[in-house]
Amino acid sequence: MLLTLTTTHRPASDLGHLLVKHPDRVQSFDLPAGTAHVLYPEADEARCTAALLVEVDPLKLAGGRGRRQATTPDAFTLGRYVNDRAYAASSLLSSALAKVFRSALRGESRDRPELAATAIPLTVRVPVLRCRGGAELAGRVFAPLGWAVTATAIPLDEAYPEWGDSRYVDLTLTGTLRVADALNHLYVLLPVLDDAKHYWVAPDEVDKLLRAGAGWLADHPERALITRRYLAHRRALAGEALARLAELRLADEPAADDSVESEQPDRAPQASLAVRRREAVLAALRDCGASRVLDLGCGGGALLTALVAERRFTEIVGTDVSSQALTVAARRLRLDRLPERQRDRIRLWQSALTYRDDRLRGYDAAVLMEVVEHLDPPRLPALEDAVFGHARPATVVVTTPNVEYNVRYEGLGAGRFRHADHRFEWTRAEFAAWVRRVAAAHGYTATVGGIGDEDPELGAPTQLAVLTRKEEA
Amino acid sequence: MTILDIPELALVALVGVSGAGKSTFARRHFRPSQVLSSDAFRGMVADDENDQSASGDAFDALHHVAGIRLRRGRLTVVDATNLQPHARAGLVAVAREHDVLPVAIVLDVPEALAWERTEGRADRTHGRQVLARMQRDLRQSYGRLAREGFRKVHVLRGVDEIEAAEIRYEKLFNDRRELTGPFDIVGDVHGCREELEALLVRLGYALRRDDAGRPVDAAHPAGRTAVFVGDLVDRGPDSPGVLRLVMGMVAAGHAICVPGNHEQKLLRKLRGRDVRLTHGLAETMAQLAAEPEGFVAQTAAFIDGLVSHYVLDGGRLVVAHAGLKEAYHGRASGRVRSFALYGETTGETDEYGLPVRYPWARDYRGSAMVVYGHTPTPAPEWVNNTICVDTGCVFGGQLTALRYPEKELVAVPAVREWYAPARPLVPAAPARPDTVLDLADVTGRRHLSHPYGTLTVPAENAAAALEVMSRYAVDPGRLVWLPPTMSPCSTSTLDGFLEHPAQAFADYRSAGVERVVCEEKHMGSRAVVLVEREPGRFAGGAVHTRTGRPFFGPPLDDELLARVRAAVDAAGLWAELETDWLLLDCELLPWSAKAGGLIREQYAGVGAAGRAALPAVLAALDAAATRGLPVAELRGRMADRAAEVTAYSAAYRGYVGPTDGLRGVTLAPFAVLAGAGASFADRDHGWHLALADRLCAADPEFFTPTRRQVVELADDAAVAAATDWWLALTAAGGEGMVVKPYAGLAARSPKGSLLQPGIKCRGREYLRIIYGPGYTEPGQLAALRTRSLGRKRGLALREHGLGLAALDALAADAPLWRRHELIFAILACESEPVDPRL
Repeated sequence: MLLTLTTTHRPASDLGHLLVKHPDRVQSFDLPAGTAHVLYPEADEARCTAALLVEVDPLKLAGGRGRRQATTPDAFTLGRYVNDRAYAASSLLSSALAKVFRSALRGESRDRPELAATAIPLTVRVPVLRCRGGAELAGRVFAPLGWAVTATAIPLDEAYPEWGDSRYVDLTLTGTLRVADALNHLYVLLPVLDDAKHYWVAPDEVDKLLRAGAGWLADHPERALITRRYLAHRRALAGEALARLAELRLADEPAADDSVESEQPDRAPQASLAVRRREAVLAALRDCGASRVLDLGCGGGALLTALVAERRFTEIVGTDVSSQALTVAARRLRLDRLPERQRDRIRLWQSALTYRDDRLRGYDAAVLMEVVEHLDPPRLPALEDAVFGHARPATVVVTTPNVEYNVRYEGLGAGRFRHADHRFEWTRAEFAAWVRRVAAAHGYTATVGGIGDEDPELGAPTQLAVLTRKEEA
Repeated sequence: MTILDIPELALVALVGVSGAGKSTFARRHFRPSQVLSSDAFRGMVADDENDQSASGDAFDALHHVAGIRLRRGRLTVVDATNLQPHARAGLVAVAREHDVLPVAIVLDVPEALAWERTEGRADRTHGRQVLARMQRDLRQSYGRLAREGFRKVHVLRGVDEIEAAEIRYEKLFNDRRELTGPFDIVGDVHGCREELEALLVRLGYALRRDDAGRPVDAAHPAGRTAVFVGDLVDRGPDSPGVLRLVMGMVAAGHAICVPGNHEQKLLRKLRGRDVRLTHGLAETMAQLAAEPEGFVAQTAAFIDGLVSHYVLDGGRLVVAHAGLKEAYHGRASGRVRSFALYGETTGETDEYGLPVRYPWARDYRGSAMVVYGHTPTPAPEWVNNTICVDTGCVFGGQLTALRYPEKELVAVPAVREWYAPARPLVPAAPARPDTVLDLADVTGRRHLSHPYGTLTVPAENAAAALEVMSRYAVDPGRLVWLPPTMSPCSTSTLDGFLEHPAQAFADYRSAGVERVVCEEKHMGSRAVVLVEREPGRFAGGAVHTRTGRPFFGPPLDDELLARVRAAVDAAGLWAELETDWLLLDCELLPWSAKAGGLIREQYAGVGAAGRAALPAVLAALDAAATRGLPVAELRGRMADRAAEVTAYSAAYRGYVGPTDGLRGVTLAPFAVLAGAGASFADRDHGWHLALADRLCAADPEFFTPTRRQVVELADDAAVAAATDWWLALTAAGGEGMVVKPYAGLAARSPKGSLLQPGIKCRGREYLRIIYGPGYTEPGQLAALRTRSLGRKRGLALREHGLGLAALDALAADAPLWRRHELIFAILACESEPVDPRL
C-alpha cells in the first residue's frame, strides 16, 4: 500500500527535514506485519514527493494458529489469507505513519522548526483507499479540514463493467496545511474510512484518538462517525471519547447529536409496534391465568424481561435454537446478578421447534412471538407436532406479521418481507386458516385478532392468535 | 496376621471410639485421597476440626464427596467414629445410591488405652465419661452392623490384631475386564439346541459330543469365547440339551454366560418355590424330568453361580441379559441385578398384557458397548452403542450372534416356530411417527456407532449443527445424505507446487490402492440432487448444498429438478435401476451462479485493490530509480506482486459465467449414490461415470460431462500421462482434479480399512484464491508446506463413514430419526475447527 506526500513549497526538498528522512536515501523500517519503506520519487527545488510504501508480509498478517485474529473487514473464512491488506490503505498504513514520521506528526522539527509550524501547499495521494461509504464520505471527512478532495471510485473489475465500482477510491487531497496536521488527519481518517482495524481496540485508543485529533476533531461535523469508527464501534469507548470531545468543544451545541446511535436507520414505526406486541402477548397470558410459561424462540430475551417483571409468572422458560441468542438473553436479564428467588424462576434452554423436546411438556402457556415466519414452510408441520402435539401447553399465543399491511411501510419494496430472514409472511386469511387447521388437528380452540393500529382495509400490522387446549377426555 | 477382604470398589466405614487408632489405620492402609475424615471436613467447613456444632454440615459435605467418588468408581474410606446407627445409615444410603457395597471395619481397643491416647491430645474436647458412652455405643453396634446393610464386617480386637491387619482387595464377580475376547455373543436360545449347534458351527466352533451323541462342549480353533446373554431355557424343544452344551462350554472355559429371567425363574422352581408354570417353564420342567437327578442339581448349581452382568475387554464391552444403563456398569446391588435380568419397566402394560419396557438404550450415552437380549426383535439394530441380539429364534425368527470386536452379525434361521409369541415381534426401538424427530436424538454429547465406525459428537458441535439444521437446511425427510469434506493430497515438495498429482498418487499407493480414477474438479458448487420420478415420499426431491441448504430456493430448484427428471426419463434409468428416485452427487456450474456475491465482494475486491495499487507503486519506484535511488530489489519484489495479482485475477475470473435463472447453469453429475432399496456405494466409478455420461447425452445443454483418466498406479506411463493431463487442465485455468479409488465410494484398503473416498489435487493458479495471490512466493510456500492434514483427513473419513451408513440406512428404509442422526452428525462434524484452506 502506498501514500505519497508532495509539496511545491520552495525549497521543496525541505520536506525531507520536516519528515526527518533524507530525500536521497531509501530507508526501511520493521513493522509487526511487514516492512515500511520511505523514498522520494522526486525531490528538487520546485517539487518534492515522499512516498511511504508498506510491504505486507502475508504470513505475519495472517498470524499463527490460535492467535487472536486481526480484524479483517469481513466475516469471510478465507479473509485471513485472501485480503486487500497488502494493497489498500488501512490502519496498517496508519501505524506505519505513526512509527516512521513520529516527530513530524508531533509538529517537531529540529532543523526547520518554523517551517514545521507553517502551512505549506501539500498534495496527498492514496491510490487505493478502502472507503466504506464511498467517495462522497471521503469528501465529508476531509473537506471540513481544509482539503480539496478528489476521490475517484475504482471499478470492481474492468473485465466485468456491469459489476460497477469497488469499495476503493483513488484519493487525492490538496490544500495548504501544516505537515503535522496533514499527517494527523491521515493517521486518524484512513482507518476511519476503511472502518476496520488490524489490531484489538483497547481503551487507550481513546487517548490516541484525542491526541491525534487535537485541534480539529472536536469541531469536526462528522466527529460522531469518526469516533465511532475509529474506536471500532465499541460503544463504551466511543461514548467516553465523545464526552471528552464535548468538553473540549468551543461551540456550545446541544449534546443530543453526539449520541452513539446505530448506523442502521431506526425503524421507528416498528419500535412502538414491538412494545404493543409485547403488551398484547402479556395480556393474553394474564387472561389465561398462566403461571408457568414458555417463550419459544425467545431470541435476545425482549419478552423474557417483561415476563420476569410480573410476579404471576413463577416459571419462565426461554428457548432458542441459537446458543448465541441465549447468551445475549442471559446478559440482558442479568441472570448472574439476579437474586436467587428471581434466578430460580428463569430457565434458558437451547431447543429447536422442529424437534420434539420432552423438557417443554407440562407448561401452562407457550408464546410463539414472531417466530413461525422464520421457518421454511415445509418445516411448519414439525413445529406443529412439537408444540401442539408434544409439548401441549394449555394455551399457545402466536403472533406473526400481516403481509397485507406491508404496503403501509414506506421503503419496504413490493413483495419484500419485513425481515431478511422471514421465509414467508401471511395474509389474515392465510393465518386464520393455519390457526384453524392446527387447532382442529390438535384439539385446541382458537381466537384470532390483531395488534397495532387497525387499517380498515388491511387490518392490523401484526396478527395474534390464542389457542386454548380443550379438556382432554 | 488378619486379612481383611474388601471389594475393589466399596464404601469402607471405620468404626471405633475416639483414640481407637482409626486415622493411623487409615493412613497406613489407604491413600490420603481415599480417606474422608470427619475431622478434616469439620475443619473444611468451620476452620475448627473440633467444632461439634459444625458436624451436621461436615457430614453433608462428606456424604456429598463420598457420593461423587463412588459415582466415579473410586474406593472411599470414611474415618469417623461411626458409632451411632443414624451416622452409619447415612453412609449405607450413599453406598446404595451408587450401587457399591458398604463395608465396616471395627477397631476395638481397651478403653484405658483409648483414654490414654485421647488424654495425650492437646486439642482434647471431651472427658472420660464421653469415652465410656462411646464404648457402650460400640458394644451395641456389634450386633447391628450386618443388619444395617454392611455386606462385610471386619472386627479387629486389640492393638496387636489391628497392627497385624492387612487389606486384600477382591474383584467384583462382574469385573472380567481382563478378558479381551474375541467374543461371539449369542442371543436368547430358549431351548433351541439344534439352532445353537448350527450357529456355533457357522461361527467356526468345533462341537464335542458325548457317547450318546449329545453336544457337551464347543471350542473355537482361534480361541474365541462364546458369551451367552441368558434365557437359555424355556419354550423351546430341548432346554436340557442347551444347558448341557453351555454348561460344558463354561466349565471348559470356552464360554461365559449371564443369567436371564428364565434361568432365574427355573432356579426358584428347582428350589421348590411356588412358581407358576407359564411362559414355557412347563416345557422345561417336563424335559428336565427325563434327565437324571444329578443333571437337575448340576443345573441349579450352574444357574446359582451365574453373575448378572459382565464388564469385559478393559471396560469396552458390557453384557447383561436385559441390558444395563451406564451408571450400573460394574456395580453390585439388588437393583443392578434386577435391571440386568428384567430391564426397567414403566409400570404400564401393553395391549397384549406384557410389561412396557423403558427404552433405556435411547438415553444411553456410555462409551462401553452394551450387548443384550431379552426383547425379541426382527433384526438387531444399533442404538447408541447398544444392541439387542435376541432375534426370537424360538418364535420362528433367527438365532443371532454378534462377533466382537468385528461387530459382525451372524445368524441362523429357526428350524420352525417352536412357540407362538404373545405379541408380534416389533423393533426394540419405540415406535414413533416417521416424520417426527426428537431433540434427544441429536443434541448433547453423543456416541454414535454405525457399520463404518464409531464417533463421539461433542455437545457444542451438536448445538451448532442444531441451528444450521433447523433454520437453514432442507427438511430432514429429504435430506438423506451430505457429502463428506475432502482432504487435499499430501503436500508437494516440488518446486513451486503446494499440491501435485505425484502426492495424490503416492497417498493411494501407500494405502494399497492399485487403480484410481482422476476426475476433473469442476469449477462450481457442490450440489446434491435427490430426484423423484413423481412426487412421493420425497415430495419430488430436493437440491441442496454441501451443508444441506436449499440450493437456489423454491422456483429455481423445482425447475432444476424437472430438468434432471426429464434427463433420467430419457436415459431410461428408472427402469434400469428399478427405482422411482435417485440420489446424485454433482457439481453445479458456474460457481458464480451460487457464489456470485462472494466472488464480487471478496475476490474481485482484492483484485481491484491490487490491480490499482501496484502500478502506482511501480511508478513511484521507477521515478525513484531515475533519481538514482537503490530500489531495484524492492521494485523486483513489487513487480512479482503485480504479476501475482494478475494471475489471481485470472483465477477468480474463471469462476464467473453469465447466468440468468437456470440459463447458463449446468450440472455435472459424477456419482449415482442411491436409489430405491439400494446404495450404489459398492459400484465402481466406471459405472457411476457411465451413468453420468448418459445423462449428459440425454440433455447435453444442461449436463456437463466430467473429464477423467483411469490410472493403474503401477503403470509409470499412465501416471505420467495423468500428471500431464492435470498440468494441462490447470494451466488452462482448471481448478484441478479429484483422485478416487476406482473401486467406488465404499472402497477399502487391502487391510480392510475404509479409504479416503477422494483426494483433491488443486491447481497451482487456483490455489491463489485460497492461500492468497502471492502464496507461490518461495518464503510463503516454504511456510505453507508445514500444513498439517491429519485433522482434515480424520474428519473426511468420519464424515464419509457416516454418509455411507446414511446411504445404507436409506436403502434399508430405516426410520427417519435413525437416518437423521447420521446426517446430523455429519453436519456436527463440520463444526470442527479445521484450516479452511484445506
